[in-house]
Amino acid sequence: MADGSASVTPAAPTPLIAPGHTTASVTDKIASVVLQRTPRWFYPAFGAAFLLLMLFLYAVTVLLVRGTGVWGLNVPVAWGFAIINFVWWIGIGHAGTLISAILLLLRQEWRTSINRFAEAMTLFAVACAGLFPILHLGRPWLMYWLFPYPNTMSLWPQFRSPLVWDVFAVSTYALVSLMFWYVGLIPDLATLRDRSRHWFARTFYGVMAMGWRGSSAHWHNYEKAYILLAGLATPLVISVHSVVSFDFAVGVIPGWHATIFPPYFVAGAIFAGFAMVVTLAIPLRAVFGLHDFITARHLRNMAKIMLATGLIVAYGYVMELFFAWYSGNPFEQFMVINRITGPYRTAWFALILCNVLVTQLLWFPKVRRSVIGMWIVAMFINVGMWLERFIIVVTSLHRDFLPSSWGMYSGTFWDWAVLIGSIGLFLSLMFLFIRFLPMISIFEIRTILPKRSRGEVS
Amino acid sequence: MAQEKLYGVMAEFDRAEQLIEAVKQVRSHGFKKLDAYTPYPIEELQHALGHEKSLLPRLVLLGGIVGGVGGFLLQYWSSAIAYPLNIGGRPLNSWPAFIPVTFECTILVAAVTAVLGMLALNGLPMPHHPVFNVRRFALASRNRYFLCIEARDPKFDAAKTAAFLWSLNPTHVAEVEV
Repeated sequence: MADGSASVTPAAPTPLIAPGHTTASVTDKIASVVLQRTPRWFYPAFGAAFLLLMLFLYAVTVLLVRGTGVWGLNVPVAWGFAIINFVWWIGIGHAGTLISAILLLLRQEWRTSINRFAEAMTLFAVACAGLFPILHLGRPWLMYWLFPYPNTMSLWPQFRSPLVWDVFAVSTYALVSLMFWYVGLIPDLATLRDRSRHWFARTFYGVMAMGWRGSSAHWHNYEKAYILLAGLATPLVISVHSVVSFDFAVGVIPGWHATIFPPYFVAGAIFAGFAMVVTLAIPLRAVFGLHDFITARHLRNMAKIMLATGLIVAYGYVMELFFAWYSGNPFEQFMVINRITGPYRTAWFALILCNVLVTQLLWFPKVRRSVIGMWIVAMFINVGMWLERFIIVVTSLHRDFLPSSWGMYSGTFWDWAVLIGSIGLFLSLMFLFIRFLPMISIFEIRTILPKRSRGEVS
Repeated sequence: MAQEKLYGVMAEFDRAEQLIEAVKQVRSHGFKKLDAYTPYPIEELQHALGHEKSLLPRLVLLGGIVGGVGGFLLQYWSSAIAYPLNIGGRPLNSWPAFIPVTFECTILVAAVTAVLGMLALNGLPMPHHPVFNVRRFALASRNRYFLCIEARDPKFDAAKTAAFLWSLNPTHVAEVEV
């Protein structure tokens, strides 16, 4: 394109991997990110994330010592930040599995450049998410009571409750995501074992690679396992956010008791997850010079998915209004009017601005091509999805059926400290991941190189 | 008796196509105990080596059935037998409410089976293997393609097999010590 000869095939898409790469150059380039000396910027960046993590630990310690009273929770709003943050993080944690599993089954080869760190992001987001319901328990040290095990109290969990379904869904999701991620890492860990010079690195990666040697017979079983895991993870990822939405939808609170909740939550989760992938991918590829692997085409495709799921989410908002009107139920109608004109109207308008209006900018190719533009839109969506959960949790609970039991809710300092601190936990884990493990799947990039030379992938 | 100490003879190739061609040649010469080592999975190579159908899908199906049935029985037993709660005379075996957990258990056990089954079928973890004794084998995880004829093959003879491998245009041929 650069040589000026008028391109006769204007429709030729931007390549998935910049031209000129071989299996050797791909391996060396991605492995070097891990095997080089720690770059200088890493220390202040990791330090900042680590400070936030310390804030998290401090806030959790205060919570454990003084009890849930340090949070703004009270009747009627007993769910508050803990549940908002839980749903927000678990939503973010959906993009990884979607990218790795669903896009793998759909043969979307472009996923290869982003699936590894999207999976890591999923894992860390689910780790953050899982902490919140536990911290919300009041006596978090008794969280093992949630699991069915023979105990001296002769008690069993109530399996008809969506809250117990949630325990199973989230813990299954965390375990399956971890296994999927680890299985994907094995061949790359072997690559790092063979590349690293330091004895400690060689031993560490060697143990983690479990003696992988790239035998054809092993690849045969490996590919089967990988595709089976993808097939299993696909319905799982849909089920997890559906079950999370049951926490709300099974209740009779106005604004929660709606059949649209599962698909609307799943779309919101994908929307939020892709926004977080974009938020992380843009700085990462700039810092590590990975423009050859995460190309403009990847960003464009993610923008399109964000736009599509954003429209589904907007449809959900419209349907909420429609249901309230069409149901003829005065409580539902009051809930909607209270959302838009009540004390939390600023949050509602901010939500519409972030999730519905700003997202429409992605219709413009100019925005999809602009790295900064994409990043700003993604940040708006990150905030917007948190606001969405805030609106769902708080506006429905604070004014339900009986005006005598109405109340107001706002987060205290410790609520905010746990939320911001959990971002520190997430970023700290993310920084450790990009420092110690290859953030792009090396062997999968190697796999698509010969396909490209045969013209099966552009 | 140097031959007793050998695991096999290994040839190194620059390109995947050369390796696939070599595997076909080696197999047509009657060698049976051989394996190829590549930096990424290659479908044609697996056909050329004639791998049998993987056992894994059947194992995973079994795992899924065990998980699903086990998950349901767990809920049935704890809700209807061990700890029955009569709430307005509603049925104790309220199976529609048991579907989500049954589903999650199905996926969980199937996925664990897929991972552990893959490792077990591949004989991993295996901290050491003779092929790692070849110095250049480290490139198998980068950009080189290896073919190893193992000493337990009835037709194996260190010198003759090495000469035969040289005839297939590899870049290197090395003996693999045990």
